[in-house]
Amino acid sequence: MRHLISIGDLSVAEIDALIDRAEDIIASPARYAEACRGKKLATLFFEPSTRTRLSFEAAMYELGGHVLSVSGANTSSAAKGESVADTAKTVSCYADVIAMRHPKEGAPMVAAMNASVPVINAGDGGHNHPTQTLADLCTIRREKGRLGELTVGFCGDLKFGRTVHSLIEALSRYAGIRIVLISPEELKLPSYVKKDILARRGVPYTQTTDLEGAMPELDILYMTRVQRERFFNEEDYLRLKDRYILTPDKLRAARPDLSILHPLPRVNEISVAIDDDPRACYFKQVLNGKFMRMALILMLLEVTV
Amino acid sequence: MNIDAIRCGIVIDHITAGRGMRIYQLLHLDELDCSVAIIKNVASRKMGKKDIIKIDAAIDVNTDILGYVDPGVTVNVIRDGALTEKRQVALPERLTNVIFCKNPRCITTTEQELPHIFRLTDPEKKVYRCLYCETKADDR
Repeated sequence: MRHLISIGDLSVAEIDALIDRAEDIIASPARYAEACRGKKLATLFFEPSTRTRLSFEAAMYELGGHVLSVSGANTSSAAKGESVADTAKTVSCYADVIAMRHPKEGAPMVAAMNASVPVINAGDGGHNHPTQTLADLCTIRREKGRLGELTVGFCGDLKFGRTVHSLIEALSRYAGIRIVLISPEELKLPSYVKKDILARRGVPYTQTTDLEGAMPELDILYMTRVQRERFFNEEDYLRLKDRYILTPDKLRAARPDLSILHPLPRVNEISVAIDDDPRACYFKQVLNGKFMRMALILMLLEVTV
Repeated sequence: MNIDAIRCGIVIDHITAGRGMRIYQLLHLDELDCSVAIIKNVASRKMGKKDIIKIDAAIDVNTDILGYVDPGVTVNVIRDGALTEKRQVALPERLTNVIFCKNPRCITTTEQELPHIFRLTDPEKKVYRCLYCETKADDR
């Protein structure tokens, strides 16, 4: 039995196979419409989410399966003080696979250690969010045709952005990746990510505060939101939140084949004027996320189609 | 200064000078009924100065703790007044309830009965990270 707690749990070959599977689902959805008939996915969301929960639920419905759902710690036994371990053991009696989001870092790992069915981490605080990374990787490969030999710019909150850390970790395993880190001084990529991932794997990277200056060299621009919920101090959040706003003006120096990604939700860091630009890929990313979650559920349930 | 030889027990030797007390605490040697001696700053040809702990009972010593705090120590097992076993310790792959995660966002802060488990993630730099949230352990 496998779980997915961090993107590092999957080998490069497995990631490539999941993207292959997602592309097959896109090409022939009817073949998968009954693949998970009789199976149940439990979505346990103890922290707010729109996209991820609906994406998991849509994924399971499109595979012909059923969904059991808990959203919010206040409406579940967690409010009575039930431990994550007990919740995982209990839900294992009802469902065939669990997707869990929790505000505490490591909670899905605890669930995986206690569940008798596969557990998928659907986000644990500021720590990991591996299925977002799968959506990002799928989008990059579908747009560029490859996951190596690319210059990828990350812009915004690189300090607290869990999606940034996970995507950097995943991309650093492919050959020919170059990273450009664009952020204010206060939100720079943590040194342990630079040392433990980029330096150790010999991935070349540059750091800058200048988005427009970096633009011409980028194949991919990964924008992020400055997340209010990660700040202890509201003043710091207000000072930094509008630092990078992507507008059509700023895209003038960009390549015609640039792909703009964003894990969403967006606040104001990408102007809506860009939504119709063919380089905007963030809503395709949402759709790809659903297909990757379908591929992942099939893999963890060991369903062959 | 003389400390009697022990007939049956454990001698933890080659402790880096100054770490004897920390090892005494982490091994909970204060809870033993037998004689325990902590000898500080003993002259050593190899180390200059070292600490030694002598325990007058054949207890099981947690070598994971020793390996984590001071991987150069030697554990000597004494039976009938003779040295019967000399154990070198190594950096343990995993530590359970030896050190505790200080990340306020870690699941261990709300689930009181969870064991605090740390994994050795960089043997060269002796880095341990929390199994759950991957926060780096403080220096020893």
